Formats: sequence, C-alpha cells, structure tokens
Amino acid sequence: MAVAVPPFETFYESHKTEVFRFLVSRIGRDRAEDAFQETFLRALRAYERLEHGEHLRAWALTIANRIVLDGARRQRPQGDMPDLVTEDGRPAYEELAPLTDDLPPKERAAVVLRYGYDLGYDEIGAALGSTEAAARQAASAGVRRLRKEQQ
Amino acid sequence: MIDSPTFELDERFRAAAAAEGLLDVAYDVFDDTAMGPLLVGVTDRGLCRISFDPNPERELEQLARVYGPRVLRSSRPVDRVHRELDEYLEGRRRSFDVDLDLRGQPNFYVRVLAELARVGYGETTTYGTLAARAGNPRAARAVGTVMNRNPVPIVLPCHRVVGANGSLTGYGGGLHRKELLLRLEGAIL
Repeated sequence: MAVAVPPFETFYESHKTEVFRFLVSRIGRDRAEDAFQETFLRALRAYERLEHGEHLRAWALTIANRIVLDGARRQRPQGDMPDLVTEDGRPAYEELAPLTDDLPPKERAAVVLRYGYDLGYDEIGAALGSTEAAARQAASAGVRRLRKEQQ
Repeated sequence: MIDSPTFELDERFRAAAAAEGLLDVAYDVFDDTAMGPLLVGVTDRGLCRISFDPNPERELEQLARVYGPRVLRSSRPVDRVHRELDEYLEGRRRSFDVDLDLRGQPNFYVRVLAELARVGYGETTTYGTLAARAGNPRAARAVGTVMNRNPVPIVLPCHRVVGANGSLTGYGGGLHRKELLLRLEGAIL
C-alpha cells in the first residue's frame, strides 16, 4: 500500500533545512531566502495532487532545483553566479553543483540528485516525473557530458 | 547555525502560505494558558479544532484526514481565536464570536453540538437533558460520547454538561480542567 501523504507541517519540517542548504550552495544566501519561500509555496500548491508520500525528499529538492533554473534563465544577462568558498569537508552537493551548470536541466537534476544527494534512481525518477530507467540514463548522459567538458 | 533557515524566514513562509489561501488548516499551539498548552486549528470556514493534547503529531494526522493534507502552523489565521480564548480564560469574555467548521461530524453529533452551543455561561445541564433536546431522550450515554469527542472544547461548552446527580462525571481534557472552567464561570464554588 502506498505511503499516505503526511501533513504539510511534517513534510516542511523534515526537509526545510536541506532545501535551504541546497539553495544557499547554488545561488548564495541572499537569493536563497526568496527561493526558499518560493520552493515551499510551489510545493504547497501541488501538495493536494500528490497521490502518495514516497520520494518527498527528492520531490522537494527537485522543486528547489527548478526554481534555481527559472531564476538563472531570468538572470542570465548578468550571469551572477555566487563565488563558492572552497574549504575542506564541504558536502558533496556543494562540490558538484557549480560543475554541472551547463548540463541540460534534466541531466543536471539527475546528476545532482544522484551524486550530490545520494538518492536512488527510483527516487529520482519519481521526483522528475519519469521512470527509474530514464533517471539512470539522464544521470549517465550527464556524467559523460561532464567528462567531455573536463577534457 | 548559519546554514539553516532563520526564524524570520520560517515565519515569513508560514505567513505567506496562509495569506495566499493555500492551507486546508492553519494551527498554532498556545503554550501557557491557564488550561495548559492548547492546539487551535482553523480553516477558511472557521474554527475546527481545540485540543489539549500536548503532542500534536496525532492531531495533525487527524486534521489532515478530515480537512486535507495542507496543515501548517501559522499564527495569523488563529490570532482572533487566541485573543478570545485569552479573554475568556481571564474572565473578561462570556461567549465566543467565531464561526465553526464542523465538517465531517455525523448528523447526530451536529444536532447535539448545536444544542450544546445554547447552554449559557455559568449554567450547567445534564447528559439526559441534552439528549432530549437533540430529539432522543434515551441517548444520554451517546451524548456523553459526543461530549468526549467534542472537536472544539471550551468554545462548545461540554464542560457545562454534568451527571443527573450533579457529579462532574468526565471530561475529554481531564476532570481537573472541567472543574477549572466551571469554577471560572462561577457554576461551582
């Protein structure tokens, strides 16, 4: 039987810190504040239509990622990506995020969610609204593209 | 922690969620009332829940089942109920001016609760009398069950319902609370 959708309060409290950190690492602290509110308002607008409570973490991160991409599209003329301070021991997603900026959105989301957040392909597939196989394919296509760019 | 959403950011989101009309239930917990902590929930139609349960998790699940899953703590929508409860508990208010949302209650419950709403400040009545007024004089025990499951105690005054011999009988929030409320209203000494 499918897991029931929890009260939004429970969902929000479980994921707000991770979503905020993800946003700070992507777009810097100032812009992260607006994006944070937009992420959870968007989640709230879609929440009624969720059919089960699985993969909610991946779902939340995917919405946050989409908001970042929407913002980047609007902001491209200025191209103001924040400087990320390099320091030892920072989380994997912080290492990964700036490297993946040029990937197509779906591949980028798959790579970040897989290698930055350690989600399973089934979760990523569900979060992206596609299948496990498609998620695996998108992630590996993204990794191949990254390798090519590195050379 | 620099990498957590700040208190202000958290509150801003909660306020925006309510202001945009995105919530099925907005609730808050009032920690230090004379009755102990109170969880209060409202929908866009009115007050739907007052609970003495200090652990709100079960309460949130139940609210989500009846009214929808978009249940979020947000203080603005419950401000008015908060103020009226404060005034009542300080002895400065004798009746409540808030709409109720009793969706999901069975017909018999709604009839009994409507009769309950007419029992005035400082008065008491009995389970049997209330049963008779709701159209079924022999349903005193069933009325007891309705009182026990009253979704909005204090505002719907189930504390004013006592046994035929005048004993306090029982209260969903514990007998000491029933006694406190009746004393506040001057119904007992």
